[in-house]
Amino acid sequence: MDYLALYVTLKLALVTTVFLMVIAAPVAYMLAYSRFAGKSFLEALIYLPMALPPTVIGFYLIILMGPKGFIGKTWGMFTGGSLLFTFIGITVASIIYSIPFAVQPMKAAFSKIDRRLLESAYVLGLSKKATFFRVIVPNSISGIAAAAILVFLHSMGAFGVLLMVGGSIPGETKVASIAIYEAVEMMNYRTAGMIALSFIPISYAFLLLINKLNDGERT
Amino acid sequence: MTIAASFKKRLRYFDLDISFSFAKKNMMVMIGPSGGGKTTIIRMLAGLEKPQEGKIVFGDEVWFDSMRRINVPPQKRRLGYVFQDYNLFPHLNLIENAAFAAVDKKEVDELFEIFKIGHLKKRKPHMVSGGERQRCAICQALARHPRVLLLDEPFSALDAITRRGLREELKHLKGNMSFPIIYVTHDITEALYLADEILPVVEGKIDDQWMQRMVSREPSSELALRAAREPRLSLVY
Repeated sequence: MDYLALYVTLKLALVTTVFLMVIAAPVAYMLAYSRFAGKSFLEALIYLPMALPPTVIGFYLIILMGPKGFIGKTWGMFTGGSLLFTFIGITVASIIYSIPFAVQPMKAAFSKIDRRLLESAYVLGLSKKATFFRVIVPNSISGIAAAAILVFLHSMGAFGVLLMVGGSIPGETKVASIAIYEAVEMMNYRTAGMIALSFIPISYAFLLLINKLNDGERT
Repeated sequence: MTIAASFKKRLRYFDLDISFSFAKKNMMVMIGPSGGGKTTIIRMLAGLEKPQEGKIVFGDEVWFDSMRRINVPPQKRRLGYVFQDYNLFPHLNLIENAAFAAVDKKEVDELFEIFKIGHLKKRKPHMVSGGERQRCAICQALARHPRVLLLDEPFSALDAITRRGLREELKHLKGNMSFPIIYVTHDITEALYLADEILPVVEGKIDDQWMQRMVSREPSSELALRAAREPRLSLVY
């Protein structure tokens, strides 16, 4: 049983979730409340990773994150290292791959809040930032939690993107889904089966949690 | 402190063009048919909407001036604003709601006693009646020590009996308040009962003849006829 791969998977999913929630919250806020020219184009662009084959995302990420790409070059300038085939590299890839799953449910949750509640908060003297933390977040907490769970599950299941950007370095970029694939390739069905089995309770438990959150919201 | 406002704004069906002023310790009732621009006026006073041109001055503070490009945000105007519903935050209980922006948290308890909702402190807004919610919303607004209190049809969503009770309490309370109150309604009975001053607003303009036309039951237009029906109904109570 490849515990190391499982560990990398869970670590990746957790780091992705934490970073993505922080990144996605202001984006979702902007999409829910601001009006500006070209908003629908920007929104579609943000959701694009959901509609593209993972290998296509992986391909462009290789181009961008490679030594000659914009992100890779900038990263190299500051750290002297490469992004490809590193844990940080697959984290960036995983974040981009999961962006829609964070932004969409959060935006939906924010949009559901009555505009008058926000105006009431402004009149009561709260800045936009204070309103976000004191009114918007507590009133969309189940949507935010749903977004976090979706991101976590989605990045646990990432395969194509990670394989292209990170390859399969044990302890660094070899996640469980890649470990399963490699085990099967080597006809090692026992190892593959063990890792595969460990996914089921985790995913199932999180789905139950989402259902519970949705139920809680309805009552 | 005097509020002086004069502004213009192009709305969908008519142009709002109005100017008025009134002084401290007064209740001004803005009355007129629904859809006549009353709420827009209140929202502009609160800073939630921007007039196209004009000026809003409170005492020696300029809140809005299109010529000088001044537009003080709602946060800095320190007003109380109560609307029909949706004032209270659903995730907080009544006392937390009222204390949300309170200057002195201890005062909130006193306000709850005055407004007779002391026994409901720990209830969430959806667990109490509409009248109790509006009482709490007024507490929330007062606890902030507002410089002006804006009440936009605060009792319109309530049943007639509750509405009449709250209206009486408000009339009783306004004597103790040291700030101006602007009360919006489309109900003539309510206006006559509460007002120190009346500002009739019809299609975005002041129309001093409107009340007479309504009371004399000779509505000049179909729109006025529709608007008049509801106020007349409330004369029954």
